Amino acid sequence: MKTIEVKKPSGYFTQIGPAHPALKEPVMFNLDVEGERIIKADFAPGMSHRGIEWMGLRRNCIQVIYLAERICGICGITHSISFVRAVEQIAQIQVPVRAHYIRSIVGELERIHSHLLWAGVAAHELGFDSAFYLAWRVRENVMDLVEYLTGNRVHYAMIQIGGVRRDITREQFPRIEESMKFFDNAYDQLARVFLDDTTVQMRCRDCGVLTYEEARQLCPVGPTARASGIKKDVRVDHPYAGYADLDIEYMTPDRLTGEVRGDVYDRIVVRLLEVKQSIALVRQLLEQMPDGPLLAIPKPAVLLAKLKGAAGEAVGRHEAPRGEVMHYVRLEAGKDEPVSWKVKASSYSNYLSWIPMMEGEQIADIPIIAASIDPCISCTDRVALVQDGNRRVLTKAELHRLSVEKTRRIQASLSAR
Amino acid sequence: MSVNEILLAAGGALIMAFFSMVGGLWFAGIDRVLAARMQARIGPPVRQPFLDIAKLMIKQNVVPANAIPWLFNGAPVVALASAVTILLYIPMAGIPGLPILQGHGDLVLIMYLLILPALAMVAGGLAAGSPYATIGAQREMVTMIAYELPLAATIIAFAWKFASLGIEHPFSLATVAAQPVWTLVGPVGFMGLLLLLVTMLLVVPGELGRIPFDAPEAETEIAGGLLVEYSGRNLALFTLSLAVKTIVVTSLIVGLFFPWNLTDILAVACCATTAAMINLAFFILKLLVVMFFSVTLVRISVARFRINQVVDVYWKILGVLALLGMFLVMADALF
Repeated sequence: MKTIEVKKPSGYFTQIGPAHPALKEPVMFNLDVEGERIIKADFAPGMSHRGIEWMGLRRNCIQVIYLAERICGICGITHSISFVRAVEQIAQIQVPVRAHYIRSIVGELERIHSHLLWAGVAAHELGFDSAFYLAWRVRENVMDLVEYLTGNRVHYAMIQIGGVRRDITREQFPRIEESMKFFDNAYDQLARVFLDDTTVQMRCRDCGVLTYEEARQLCPVGPTARASGIKKDVRVDHPYAGYADLDIEYMTPDRLTGEVRGDVYDRIVVRLLEVKQSIALVRQLLEQMPDGPLLAIPKPAVLLAKLKGAAGEAVGRHEAPRGEVMHYVRLEAGKDEPVSWKVKASSYSNYLSWIPMMEGEQIADIPIIAASIDPCISCTDRVALVQDGNRRVLTKAELHRLSVEKTRRIQASLSAR
Repeated sequence: MSVNEILLAAGGALIMAFFSMVGGLWFAGIDRVLAARMQARIGPPVRQPFLDIAKLMIKQNVVPANAIPWLFNGAPVVALASAVTILLYIPMAGIPGLPILQGHGDLVLIMYLLILPALAMVAGGLAAGSPYATIGAQREMVTMIAYELPLAATIIAFAWKFASLGIEHPFSLATVAAQPVWTLVGPVGFMGLLLLLVTMLLVVPGELGRIPFDAPEAETEIAGGLLVEYSGRNLALFTLSLAVKTIVVTSLIVGLFFPWNLTDILAVACCATTAAMINLAFFILKLLVVMFFSVTLVRISVARFRINQVVDVYWKILGVLALLGMFLVMADALF
């Protein structure tokens, strides 16, 4: 095992985190600074691993849906949709079209609320509290709408394997349209506050730049990638749920500003454009929503029995507000619980973009750059090894050795049975 | 000074200290409520800053292990004492006996005294032994250097105007207060004075470390910067010194630009005590208006600047504005 050595730099070494007002969740930034300028940046995640995957391996697939919802406190539908998509593939369950549409509607409402939440956090990081209050006040409207449709503000409990648990009826459409009208107006107001304000431009323009080439190398996802001009969106590239029927395109900043700079400002632009896009998508979905059943297999007992017979592995994907989420699931016949469940939250792909974004910028830019990828740190976190006060990183060879050892252990226990 | 005068001044200083602290905290409460209302919030009760001070006073006063204790504990006292001291030189509403140290100092002294509370904070921050406090202290020093140019330009413009008219003691605040400067200039000079007023209103948030010039404290960046290690009584003293400083800088602007008294405007003749009361109320109202435009309104409508942007704004924008204002005031005499 290799201990991470903290090299004595030419300037000063300073740390931000794991508990710091700039960070809403625990992560640590190790910085070499010269005056206010950041020479070299690095980060150390692994401060809040919760072992959710381990818990999932001890529950049946329907129970895991609710556990998956609780991976993230913001994306209530993101993880459950990815998980059920994987399970549906394994068990070959055909989801009814109406259920696909309802999944997309809730997904888009979630995107609106997540982006507005982010806008508020970003404004607070910049010290612009009026914009923070404005964004969160606007967000309350979508929270109310989601509560009206699903019964919950955050964890919606809408998703079931093979469909959705609640209908969105024609009587509810006027209430949705009322909110969409509200967001049309709110978008104009937010765009004025966030995009036209001189101080916001001073802080965000050409700050935290991730160039197109860097983005190609580091493979970020979601708005982080799109703000650097990379056309990448699961909803467009590999349509699922109701998205194949919709008029939907990649939201890159040049649609509004005519250029791609890949800075923090562009990431604000992309998210605001996506709020607008989501409003349009919800309207399209409501217009085109067909009639039909909500669930492929309405009875949970029947569903569980079918899942118990299913075997195989699959990957379920979803374009979360922060980018692509991926769930790998493996089921074995005769077992209620998944044999393997691996969650890749979107921030996992975006973390590395922090380094080119931060280097060369100032200490003052750390909060807004850290926030600009909209990190979901607890959703992403992996195990960190700490021994005698030293953090360790496992090398590839060690990981290989450990996995070989584990395989041997499993083989031994299987042969003993 | 005779012994009597010294005792009188000392007693007066204590009374001033008390009232300026109470007034400053009351102002802070009003500022918070106004800001909240403009952000569509209800906001805290006006007495909240008093409750905060009361709470801080009974809380533990932590001195970090690697701090320099005498400097760390001394800095808040110096900050508060120096803030109160400035107030002893600033005339208030033409009330007889105020300022307590009338005739002893002028605008240049006030300019230097204004640096003292900030310097005390820098010393306290550097003595705290925390990297965030050190960054905050460096930023505070840079901010001080930055806002000094527009501040100095304004004061020079005033002194030059009074000196050019052959008025005695051009640097004295009493002179400025006795003769509102707007009445001494023509249209060009009026424009210049307007520019100087705008500059001074924007120097205030820098002096008080408020958004957008709060880089030395920047909660989301360096976790409170200078004040990160301060707690309990020491933090209460710094909060009080900030409250007093609010009164000081707003009084300075009122003294320079709006020295009118209500009794003079309305030309009412009444007994001295009533007149003083009316003038004091009017003076506090003026302070509140100045605070609203220079602190509350500014801090809710912009984002925080980076430290290099603080310097850019103060030197390249406000510095140029102040110099332009100064030249206009000077040019006015030529026409």
